[in-house]
Amino acid sequence: MENTMDIIENPFSKANNNKGKEIKEKAVVGITQIAVLLIIAILFVILGIIIYQGRAKFSWEFISSFPTEGMTKGGIFPALIGTFILVIVMSIAAVPFGTITAIYLTEYAHEKSKFAAAVRFSIRTLAVVPSIIFGLFGLGFFIQFVGTGMDKAFNGGELHWGQPNILWASLTMALLTLPVIIVSVEEALKTIPRELREASLALGATKWQTIKQVVFPGSISGIMTGTILAVSRGAGEVAPILFTGAAYYLATLPGSLSDQFMNLGYHVYIMSTQSSDVEKTMPIQFATTLVLLILTLSLNLVAVVIRSRIRRKAK
Amino acid sequence: MNSQLPIQQTFTKESLKKQFRLSEFLAEKIIKSVAFMSIAIIFLIFFFVFKESLPLFSFGKDTQAKTEVATANKPESYGATTEDLKPETYGAETSTEELKPETYGAPTEELKPETYGSEPVSNEDLKPESYGDTPKEDLSVPSSDEPIDAVSQNEEGSDKTWSTFFSTEWVPVSDNPRFGLIGLLVGTLKVTIIAMLFAGPLAILAAVYTSCFASNRRKEIIKPIIEMLAAFPSVVIGFFAMMVLATFFQNIFGYDSRLNAFIGGVAMALAAIPIIYTISEDALSAVPKTYTEASLALGASKAQTAFSVILPAATPGIFAALLLGVGRVFGETMIALMATGNAALLSANPFESVRTFAATIGSEMAETVFGETHYSVLFLIGSLLFIFSFILNAVAEFYVKGKLIKKFQGK
Repeated sequence: MENTMDIIENPFSKANNNKGKEIKEKAVVGITQIAVLLIIAILFVILGIIIYQGRAKFSWEFISSFPTEGMTKGGIFPALIGTFILVIVMSIAAVPFGTITAIYLTEYAHEKSKFAAAVRFSIRTLAVVPSIIFGLFGLGFFIQFVGTGMDKAFNGGELHWGQPNILWASLTMALLTLPVIIVSVEEALKTIPRELREASLALGATKWQTIKQVVFPGSISGIMTGTILAVSRGAGEVAPILFTGAAYYLATLPGSLSDQFMNLGYHVYIMSTQSSDVEKTMPIQFATTLVLLILTLSLNLVAVVIRSRIRRKAK
Repeated sequence: MNSQLPIQQTFTKESLKKQFRLSEFLAEKIIKSVAFMSIAIIFLIFFFVFKESLPLFSFGKDTQAKTEVATANKPESYGATTEDLKPETYGAETSTEELKPETYGAPTEELKPETYGSEPVSNEDLKPESYGDTPKEDLSVPSSDEPIDAVSQNEEGSDKTWSTFFSTEWVPVSDNPRFGLIGLLVGTLKVTIIAMLFAGPLAILAAVYTSCFASNRRKEIIKPIIEMLAAFPSVVIGFFAMMVLATFFQNIFGYDSRLNAFIGGVAMALAAIPIIYTISEDALSAVPKTYTEASLALGASKAQTAFSVILPAATPGIFAALLLGVGRVFGETMIALMATGNAALLSANPFESVRTFAATIGSEMAETVFGETHYSVLFLIGSLLFIFSFILNAVAEFYVKGKLIKKFQGK
């Protein structure tokens, strides 16, 4: 009898609670808490060290001038411009493509459609394929196949497109960032209330008209989020452009799409691994990393803010 | 009034259905075909990456055309700087890092200053020359011997290349090239294991805290911050590992080679944490509330509920998270290039330099010449990486989804 009373009373009376149990409980929660704190601490340590080491060199002059004296002095202007051109061309290629795919998935695809499932699976696969594979694909497909083919067809075999350039690098990057855009747009499209679509259809608009005039305007913010996230991703990735167009050093800015270009991430990589004097250029390397980090993180922050606003609106 | 009614009736019966049929049909077909492109891209990626490695499978048949191109260029690109330096450096602990200033620095900065204006020169400035006309004047080897030599080399080459795959030596640039994938595989696995040992527990514990213990307000702060880690470009993480972590850990452990598997693993853990964390957190949050409530109602504490009810229920999702984390680490290029030391040594010591598959592609592709064996082998490694990540994703997707549905719907 006493035993059963004990069991029944235990959970309700605090005085009877086993102290060892409570400590164990706290320890378990504490361990998980430490894991969170550790990750956040690492993040801020990386950020802190790069800001601390990079701030000395970081200035307007650094951003707006060309590298000089074999890249041991000067700024990163061409790398910055190269990165901008890359992400712009990339967005032009990837955003319409991604938006239309997202529209298909949310508006046209039936829930049990095998085709839509295959499209979704492909997109997720695209998202996990290592970025270096995109680089190989860019080399094998864009440069060797499309570029060389174009040269044969239009230039009589003279080499023009069949070599690494900013267009092929951008298109390669576009494939890499496609899933980011599709996922963002899809999420935004899903927040558009069903009633709006039904109201439009009930008024006699066709499906395409509804998409064009009701669904699409509502997804602009999603497209923006997707584009910003894609740009943030594209600005930071190096592996896909290693052999599709990034250059070690160029004295001029790229003038056309068939030129090579300098890139911030590639610049960091090259400077830190292949520079003639790694020690001496350390401040430049940290400052370049800082610029890259500011670029990607601030873009990401903007996207997160827009996205949380969309989510709040949906609620 | 009377006249309007029939008009309305005809409107509903005929025109509504047929009026815009063609444009509707076209719009749907166009949109659908654009969506189809993403499936096509997957096939194209596999096809074109694999296609470039095909010469390896032809065993000396149709490769004559390609070898001619390759041999014409070979002396040009390798003879001068790379060939005699490479073999030594792979064995030793240092990597290509030290060589590159010579191979890249020299041609780009000193020899070709005039060409900057007209045509951009880069690490791949060897290639443009090699496609068009092939300069043979400077070659020490008589050029007439070359094609014959090359073809015969290639005929046995394919077989020979295959037999070297299972050796441990990775010496791609020499008179007797050996493409031992075992050393690279061991290196890749070593880094992956180290990275997952750090990233797995850390990310899963953090996910447990976020979804089971944290208050809503904390959750809204923690999640975006950890996900912010995903926004760090891998080149930044690699750079940080190389400049800061390597020195830091060397001071603690006092090992010899500054850049090694351990540093690479720790750095890759940073890249894998946000992926594992996000997916695990989603999986944990997807466990039905009834599970938690039932457990708490039975008198279990919060920690007991989290670890003996919620966590087991979310196992398939967490398994998927780990798989995708492995996929990320396995194919990570920039961190491997910058932080692992890039020497294909075969040892169990985590503080030795290693060379991963992805880093091999990243560092050597720019130096190879279209069509030669080395080039094909790198593409073959690429195909393997692609297949591997494809399978990982497929397993994560189908196996996990099936299990979750069974579990939560009681089917």
